[in-house]
Amino acid sequence: MTLTLTLREQPTVPLETEGLSPERLAALGRGEIEALTVWHGNRRAQVGDFFAVSGDGGEDLRIEGDLRRVKFVGAGMNAGRLTVAGDAGMHTGAGMRGGELVVEGDVGDFAGVDMRGGRLVVEGSAGHHLGGGHPGERAGMHGGEILVHGDAGEQVGAGLRRGLIAVAGRVGDAAGLRMLAGTIVALGGLGARPGAAMRRGTIVAMSPVTLLPTFSFACSYRPPFLRLYLRHLRELGLPLTDEQIEGRYARWCGDALELRRGELLILEPRR
Amino acid sequence: MRLSGAEVVDTFAEAFPMWGARIVITAESPAWAQEAARSLTGFATSVIGCKCEAGIERDLDPAETPDGRPGVSALLFAPDREGLAKRLVERIGQSVLTCPTTACFNGLDGPETVDVGGRLRFFGDGYQASKRLDGRRYWRVPVMEGEFLVEERFAVAEGVAGGNIIMLGRDGASALRAAEAAVAAMRSVRDVILPFPGGIARSGSKLGSRYSGLIASTNDALCPTLRAQVPDTDVPPGVGSVLEIVIDGLTLEAVRDAMARGLHAAARAGASHVTAGNYGGSLGPYHIDLRDLVPAAREG
Repeated sequence: MTLTLTLREQPTVPLETEGLSPERLAALGRGEIEALTVWHGNRRAQVGDFFAVSGDGGEDLRIEGDLRRVKFVGAGMNAGRLTVAGDAGMHTGAGMRGGELVVEGDVGDFAGVDMRGGRLVVEGSAGHHLGGGHPGERAGMHGGEILVHGDAGEQVGAGLRRGLIAVAGRVGDAAGLRMLAGTIVALGGLGARPGAAMRRGTIVAMSPVTLLPTFSFACSYRPPFLRLYLRHLRELGLPLTDEQIEGRYARWCGDALELRRGELLILEPRR
Repeated sequence: MRLSGAEVVDTFAEAFPMWGARIVITAESPAWAQEAARSLTGFATSVIGCKCEAGIERDLDPAETPDGRPGVSALLFAPDREGLAKRLVERIGQSVLTCPTTACFNGLDGPETVDVGGRLRFFGDGYQASKRLDGRRYWRVPVMEGEFLVEERFAVAEGVAGGNIIMLGRDGASALRAAEAAVAAMRSVRDVILPFPGGIARSGSKLGSRYSGLIASTNDALCPTLRAQVPDTDVPPGVGSVLEIVIDGLTLEAVRDAMARGLHAAARAGASHVTAGNYGGSLGPYHIDLRDLVPAAREG
């Protein structure tokens, strides 16, 4: 049976629910859960003030209702599974270290920032700064996986340090901005200036990209590691085709203003 | 004991622990995966002279490999964990890294691992890059052809080496026919390899020698040409040739299963006798009695 938190009505100002993680709630009784602290704007409140608690789910947690104004859903979770039945607000999955967080709708900006592990699945679209870092921090996501079935906003994977971000739809401008390592896969196209100031890491695009002049063409080939990644993503439900998995990719190296150790791999049309 | 017309000697094979690893090689075609695997497992018949024992376990369907390409799995065994790590680095570095279109993956699960890709990465001279996926780290090593992908850590586990059966025949042709049939039957068993050429050794050995410095020498008791010269020959009258199959495996059960299948097949293929090699029980802790394999072989 699943432990379910149902939001009674959308809060008037953002509600911050950091700490409502499956592994934490699994150890608590219903009364204890209802007494946990959440922040409604700048006021301390309790879970029971906003959510109806039902069920008993071990490390299987479900949150229902209109959560667009609920921030930090699943932030810092270490284990278990958390399902959001609908949209979720900003900072969803921030600082995750393990487990799986599935959002059946869209997520707001800064989803998956500073992630260290686990998997964040967004069945809708994501806002800006997906998998980046908290404002002011040099490094973004440090590990784990983010899968977005829809589109994603600007600065996806900014400062990415490690981990995998895959977006089935279109990715906005400045993907991989200042990224340090890790992998970004964009199945539906990339916006302007991908990989600007990247030092290392990989950005994969399945359609033509307008590159910065600080990227240089190396060769066209079939990167062996990419087969592993794309097969993995297909197993997780992203719409990868055989042509994409087995195709040839143009390798562009950059950013020359940094180390020139990063790469953009752009799928070439079939000959 | 009689089995399909062959006399099965009431003795045992003496096997001993050895550390093993499974290497999965993939390539653009089955032929190139085989090329790399043959090179990787070449000159690895016996730890006595090769420092390790290795062989091809089986071909892998693309659906079974990490990157979805055709592949081959090979097993490599060495006397200790550290030695195994060195042999893996040497052999993957010289035989797989060098072979066109290949990639190389760990094929064994287990808590104990050794660093392989993390050592080979230095061939990239600073241009290597790593990728981590699903808890595993891979190294991308740039090479003139493109890129060599190798997994960083390979699992190692204590396996069993020295399983064996010995086939005796009226002449060379009948002994070889029986051994070939045994090899064909044993190759269907997973988790084992037959490290000698074609799976068959014609030069079984005994421990020691009359010459100092030689740790092994010909098994004179089973040499038909010496039947009239040695005082303790094990060659029965009418036997003109003897061949041995050595089995290394990841588990005792797999080695035992392979021996049982080989024993059965050799008997059916015309071996006059089937026996096994041991050192009187003084070398290895695993004793596989042929007596125990005969009923299993009959049922199989």
